[in-house]
Amino acid sequence: MKLRTWFLLPAWLCMAVLFAAPFLIVLSYSFLTRGSFGGIALPWDFENYQRLFDPLYLTILGRSFVMAIAATALCLVLAFPAALFISRAPRHKNLYLQLVMLPFWTSFLVRTYAWIFLLRDTGLFNTALQALGIIHHPLPLLYNDGAVLLGLVYGYLPFMVLPIYATLERLDPALVEAAADLGARPLTTVFRVVAPLSRPGIVAGSILVFIPCLGAYLTPDLLGGGRTVLVGNLVQNQFTTARDWPFGAAVSIALMAIVTVLLVLFLRHESEPLA
Amino acid sequence: MAPILELRSLVKHFPGHQAVREISLSIPQGSFFSLLGPSGCGKTTTLRLIAGFEEPTSGDVLLNGEIVNQRKPYERNVSTVFQNYALFPHLTARGNVEFGLKRHRAADIDRRVREALELVGLTGKESRRPAQLSGGERQRVALARSLVLQPDVLLLDEPLAALDPKLRKQMRIELKAMQRRAGITFLLVTHDQQEALSMSDQLAVMNQGLVEQVGTPEDIYLRPRTRFVAGFLGAVNWIGSAGIRPECVRLLRAPDPAPARCFPGAVSGTVFLGDCVQVIVRLAGGEDVIAQLPRHDANFQPGDAVHFTWNPADEMNLP
Repeated sequence: MKLRTWFLLPAWLCMAVLFAAPFLIVLSYSFLTRGSFGGIALPWDFENYQRLFDPLYLTILGRSFVMAIAATALCLVLAFPAALFISRAPRHKNLYLQLVMLPFWTSFLVRTYAWIFLLRDTGLFNTALQALGIIHHPLPLLYNDGAVLLGLVYGYLPFMVLPIYATLERLDPALVEAAADLGARPLTTVFRVVAPLSRPGIVAGSILVFIPCLGAYLTPDLLGGGRTVLVGNLVQNQFTTARDWPFGAAVSIALMAIVTVLLVLFLRHESEPLA
Repeated sequence: MAPILELRSLVKHFPGHQAVREISLSIPQGSFFSLLGPSGCGKTTTLRLIAGFEEPTSGDVLLNGEIVNQRKPYERNVSTVFQNYALFPHLTARGNVEFGLKRHRAADIDRRVREALELVGLTGKESRRPAQLSGGERQRVALARSLVLQPDVLLLDEPLAALDPKLRKQMRIELKAMQRRAGITFLLVTHDQQEALSMSDQLAVMNQGLVEQVGTPEDIYLRPRTRFVAGFLGAVNWIGSAGIRPECVRLLRAPDPAPARCFPGAVSGTVFLGDCVQVIVRLAGGEDVIAQLPRHDANFQPGDAVHFTWNPADEMNLP
């Protein structure tokens, strides 16, 4: 074997053991039937997939998409100006980038719990607002869709900032000058020149945020208080409390299939000749 | 004619570096004016001060008699052709040319874009993106994009530097023709003396943040006021305070009757340049001088004894 092949071997092994094998197991489970005491049993059929068309599950799937789209859009709105600011900063660029990545220094779980302490009735925000006399009863900040959205945006924002920053950093500053020279005010330059040219970063960031948001289960579980059930929680529940592994497997596979199809369609559209 | 652009005691300092020490210039409406100088002489900074990309440390930029120091680039009626053109890669040739007109909410955009593309000879390539155009075509788009706005002054930052030599020579002629046809004032920044000499109505030679001399190409080439200007515009042989361009030198086999302007020496080598020949002569005093002669006058061999002389009218007297 060539040296190159040897170098690739660990990666192939990892993919085979950690991705391909579990995927095949989940795929086969999705066609089996739930055993009387959990676990799996025969016969093979499509019943699990048929159950997905139950309005209850379709609603959950729909809500998950809406939530993921909203989180991605919010991330984009917040990340673009931040990335632009960092890329145009005359100094301290590295400091700003470190600040963007700072949250990764602690566990995602801990950070999400921290939001509970900030948002709950006796949390920082409500206590402060009450102490200042702005409100008299605690605001319902926690355990609703808003809290989940906040948690998702907070958690995945860096994944949007960094790719956009990377494209903006490569943007020729002369293009910005040229736009101003031709009569474009700064905001027009951002929308007509900078944003279109940072599209690859926007696309990459959106994918990096959208996919984990669609499958998120920790954030809705902790910040949604069990009231906001998203598709990630559905899968989790099937494998834990409901003990219906085959149905949980079917939901996972269906979600994966939808995401893959959407992604392929989207990227095919994106890769049409641009520059 | 009244100056369309005037620089009054313009100064620009960067931290630790005086890019423009002080320059004053007055550029007449409708002329082709060049700023010529070596890299680092402050010519590009001057251009950027006029465009509004930099703010002067002191002094004034006047456009049409108005001080525009405080105006942003998008509030000044000047336009720049950037060195690497800075075309918008996501827009077509037409999109690039339209860009400025749309920002100014101009009327009749279609017609004006068509005329501008026609002026630069790009008809038929409107829907190509910059990546699908050649270097020369990209430059034409950059020119059209600026010309279409009918700026008071068109600023050109080394516009020919990125082209190959053959195309560069052709574009010199075309640029000059376009400027005449459009009737727009061109301000060209270049380090290439041939470019400046061949296109300009007037030029300013800059050195270390100062203007050394302003004048017509002929004036500056034939009557330079400093040794720097004389040397920057072409090769010079210095014999004391007399400067003689190599093409003005005569090499004689026998001494000239006027002894003051005749120096004996020996040929030390020749360089064949195709249209002419350079003969390198070592004078009796030890200095090397160059004579540039027509090919048929230049049958000298290394070692030949010659007399180096010139016509007094061709002499530049600079202490």
